[in-house]
This record gives sequence, structure tokens and C-alpha cells, in this order.
Amino acid sequence: MSAIETTYREALRQALIDAMNEDPDIVVLGEEVGLYGGAYGVTKGLIDQFGPERILDTPISEAAIVGAAVGAAMSGLRPVAELMYVDFVGIVMDQLANQAAKIRYMFGGQIGVPMVLRSQGGTGRSAAAQHSQSLEAWMAHVPGLRLAMPATVNDAYHLLRHALTLPDPVVFLEHKGLYVQKGTLDTAQPDAPWGKAVVRRAGHDLTIVTYSKMLLESLAAAEQLAAQGVSAEVIDLRTLNPLDEETVANSVRRTHRAMVVTEAHLTGGFSAELSARIHESCFDHLEEPVARVAGEDIPIPVSPPLERNAVPNAQLITETGLWLVQRKAPAWAL
Amino acid sequence: MSTDNRLLHALYRDMRRIRSLEERVSELFVRSESAGSMLHLSIGEEGIAGVVHAMERQDSFTTHHRGHGIFVARGAEPARMLAEIAGKANGYCRGKGGSMHIADMGLGHLGANAIVGGGIAHAVGAALAYKRKKQPRVSVAFFGDGAMQQGILYESMNLAALWSLPVVFACINNQYGMGTRVDRAAANLAFDDRARAFGLDGVIVDGADVELVHETAERVLSNARQGKPGFMSLTCYRFYGHARMDKSPYRDEAEEAAGRARDPLKKARDKLIARGAKAAELDALDAEIAAEMDAALEAAVNSSLPSVDSMFEDVFAPDQPKPVPVRTRLNAILSEAAK
Repeated sequence: MSAIETTYREALRQALIDAMNEDPDIVVLGEEVGLYGGAYGVTKGLIDQFGPERILDTPISEAAIVGAAVGAAMSGLRPVAELMYVDFVGIVMDQLANQAAKIRYMFGGQIGVPMVLRSQGGTGRSAAAQHSQSLEAWMAHVPGLRLAMPATVNDAYHLLRHALTLPDPVVFLEHKGLYVQKGTLDTAQPDAPWGKAVVRRAGHDLTIVTYSKMLLESLAAAEQLAAQGVSAEVIDLRTLNPLDEETVANSVRRTHRAMVVTEAHLTGGFSAELSARIHESCFDHLEEPVARVAGEDIPIPVSPPLERNAVPNAQLITETGLWLVQRKAPAWAL
Repeated sequence: MSTDNRLLHALYRDMRRIRSLEERVSELFVRSESAGSMLHLSIGEEGIAGVVHAMERQDSFTTHHRGHGIFVARGAEPARMLAEIAGKANGYCRGKGGSMHIADMGLGHLGANAIVGGGIAHAVGAALAYKRKKQPRVSVAFFGDGAMQQGILYESMNLAALWSLPVVFACINNQYGMGTRVDRAAANLAFDDRARAFGLDGVIVDGADVELVHETAERVLSNARQGKPGFMSLTCYRFYGHARMDKSPYRDEAEEAAGRARDPLKKARDKLIARGAKAAELDALDAEIAAEMDAALEAAVNSSLPSVDSMFEDVFAPDQPKPVPVRTRLNAILSEAAK
């Protein structure tokens, strides 16, 4: 099949359709996944195509949705549980972190939990403090969970398809600001194998490491940096577990400067993990400390100008890049 | 023996094996051979054998942290159970789960759980799979009265009733959630009413009467197999403390004496004798079981501990890369060769 232009949302839906056609054990369960079509429309029409036995509308019972998915995954199904907002993960954390993640280990490898928890996070819709977070660090901290965060249309499709073949639980975090993003989907050709980071833009002065929607801001910043004589390499991690440290280290050893960009809060965030690992693997190669450009340590506010400024953007990434490479301090520097 | 007596005899045997196993679990601890002291004995709760006996071979179940008895009644090998409780390599979970996370897919044991209420929804999910695959199987969620106060139980009951799933919620009301007596934890002790409120069949049964438990369980399981999920609560008494270290300072001797008088094992034995069984024959059975459990205990004690390397296995599936040990990372960062 030749490549087509489509959206992130359509690519996700196509991934579900293609996977469900191939594997009759896949079921989708969650709030509003059926008749409503999903809060962000990803599962629209699936109930007509696959019926209510495979597309299960659930009550608003997040813990039981994930718990039932765990039991079903242990009993021959491959459930896709949808958590409408990642902000609700606190409600399901026991089932996710104590159950799904640990069952293979606790039971000595007898059985795995082949399920996918689809959810979405991030800012951009004035959805405020309980519907806009980037909580990947909570899940990245738990051994036993895979964690995918696609940024592109092709990755939305291929990472979800691959997640639906894995023997272990996968948390699949979409970004609400990416659903309408257009791009090229080639169902025959993933950008890279699962677990491998992709260099989205090559450069030699600076390595920007990012994932999910911050890839778009980072690429925009790289464009602005290029106009000012800075060549930035932009790496899209695609999955946080597995984490491709090698691609990152190889780049930083060449560029000698690194910036980590996340929408998630700075403190205790995945940016800290990335920074630490770059320092460890590239200590003798670094010209500057690794810069973390992350979300402010505040709840996400509702008012648009406040919300916009709570998370990084291309301008902040550009300014930080110029500072790192050219020692050109931004206007807000002391 | 009449059919009735044969059944009660079989249930008595299961119950004696539960008690006899639990006594060896306790002994494992006393001999400092157990992995830790998080050992929750089900002595006094042997009536659950009636539920397990009513299950079919293809059925599955999850248990709470006090699940040794359920598992041994299901046919677990005592030596492998005790080996797991001792953290040995030949235990059911290769020494990774222990008493509170014992499981065996071969016997349909989807896992013991150390989070109160943690395994209940798994039985619902298993039942969802059986229904979707049109398999005539039931999944039973066993839990204690503590879990009656957990929210996920009610989410699970609602899902089970809403989707007509082949699942049974089996509460073992031993009167205590750790040190808190059930009447200090729940304002309304009519737990069957709670189940009925969700559209489930609900029944409270005397857990000291194993025949009654069995008869009730057969009915509840049969309904569940036809898509009518149910709830049953066995009223019993936890003879000993919460875990092995607990000396029960929160209850008095009079209460314990009254509770222990409601002994399911003694009740079954008295009934058997009243129906013509010979005390000597039952004594011989008890001795045979004690010998079996003694041998299992020694086998567990003499089993090997797992190799330390095995701790990096089973985080993910065997074909996936194992986690990188901290020492390996440190070596990569700090060794001269890395520079």
C-alpha cells in the first residue's frame, strides 16, 4: 500500500481496525469508546464494524476497567483499555502498577498481561489542571510496563500496531493536541523498529531529545536555530520503555551539547532521567550541562495565556539552544 | 458410605489438609525457614473447601493474601507451596511471589493478591474472556471482609451484573480486617444486600458448615455458569492473628474461645461420626495428612534458593531484553575502560 496523507487520530483508528481484523482476541473497552466514538473520536465507528462484543462501552469505573482488562489479558484476550484522560491514572494506579506490571514477575514468569492501556494527556485545550497533565514519569517509574508516546502520524499507527503484538502491558500515551495533526501514513513502513529512537532532523551543534508533541516544538525551534547559524539534531524517543539510550549518546558525543524537552513538569520528570543518563554516558564529551526545558512546576491553569506559558514552546527551546551553543543569553536572562 | 457421607468425607479431608498445611506454614516461620513473616493463616476458614469443591476443573479463581487454604483445596502440591513461601527456586513462582502472590495457571489460580480487593476485577476480566470465547467456565474472586469496604469490589459487581458474566464473588468474612473487627469497619453487615443492590444473587452462609457452603456454592456457581453472577459470604472466625507476628491485642480471650468453638473441621468430624464414621479411621486420615505435610515441609526446607541472576528474569517476556543491573551501568560509566 502506498503512503497516504491522514491525521494522527485516523492513523490510530486505522491501527485498531487493522489489528482487530487480524486478531479476533482484541477487544476495546472504556468509557464512551462505543456509541460515542471515543472522547477524542479515535474509536469512532468501531462499534458498527466490530459490534458491542468487541467494542465495550463501560461505566465510569476506571479501576475496574483496567482490572478487568488485566484478568481478560491473562485469560486469552488482548484488551485495549481506554483511559479517557491520563489524569485519571491515579484511580487505576493499583491495577496498573501493582497488578498489570508485576503479574509476570510475581508469578515467576508463568503468565504475562498482554494488554494496551491507551490514554492521552497534554495541554492545549484549556482543559485545566485535571485534564491536561503529562504524567508519563509516574508510569516510567514502574518496572514491567512498556511506555510509548508517539509524535507522528506514522508512529501513531505503527507503535500501536506493535504494542498490540507484545506479550507485556503497554501504556500508550497520545497527546490531545496531536489528534488533528496531519502527516504521512505508510502502513507498510514504520519509521524505525519499536524501541529505537529516530533522528527527525540531523545536526551537529546540539542534540535536542524529546517525544510526543514537544517534537513539533523542537523541530520548529531547530528551524529557527538554523536561521541563526545553529545546527540542531532532534531526536524523537518514540518509546520511553524501551528507552534507546544509544541513539541519544551517539548524537551527544558528536554534538557535545544536549537539551531535553518535555511538556511534563520539571521536578521528578522524565527529563531528569534523560539528563542523568546523558550526563552518565557522555560526561567527558559535554561542553555544557544538559539543559532541561520542561513544564513549569505548577498545576496546568485554564486561562489560555497561562496554559500556554506553563509548558515549553519553540521560542523557549530556540532561546535555550542559542544560549547553549553561542552563549547568547536570552532577554529574560539576568 | 452414602453419597452424603462420601461428600462430607471428601470435604473433611480437604479441610484437614488446609489446617495441616497452615500449621506447617507456621512451623516454617518458627524454624526461621519462611521468607519473612507476612504469613496469613486461614485456620478457622476451612469451610471455603466447600466452594472450591463445587468448582469445575476448567474454572479459575483469584485470592486475597489469606489464600493458602483455597489453593491447597484446589489441589496445589504442598511441597511447592511451602517452597514458594520459603522463597525457594522450585516454588510455584520460582521464589518471586511468596505467600501473598502464589499462583498456578495449571490449576486456574490467577493469583493471590496483597492489595485488598486487588484481584477481584481480574476474575471479572477472566469471565469476560470466557464469555467472549464461549467457554463454559466460571471465575471465582475470593476475598475477605476487608475487601467489602473497597470501592473496586462494587465497580466489579456492577460490571459483572451489567455484562452477565460467569463470575462469583466469594467473601470470607473472618470478622477481621487486620486488627479491626468487621463491625468497626462496616455500618451495615448485611453484605448480601449490597450484592443484591447490584443485581447479583447474594447469600450469607455459615462458613463453619462446609456441607451448607458446598450446597450454596454449587447453586451460585451453576447460576454464574449460565451468566447469572453471584455473591456469597462465608461467616467464620480467624482463629489466629492477622499475620504470623500478630498476637491479637485488639480482642479478648472470651471472644477468641467463642470464635474457635465454631470450628468447621470439628463440626464436620462430629457429623461424620454421628453418621457412622469411625473415629479411628478419621484419626488415621489425619495422621496420613500430617505425614504428607511433614514431608512437604522438609522438602521445602531442603530445596535450593534461587540464583541471584534469576531476579532479572520475568520482568518482561523471556524474548525481551532483561533490565540492566545497576552494577553493569556503574561499570559502563565509571570503569577506566569506559573512558
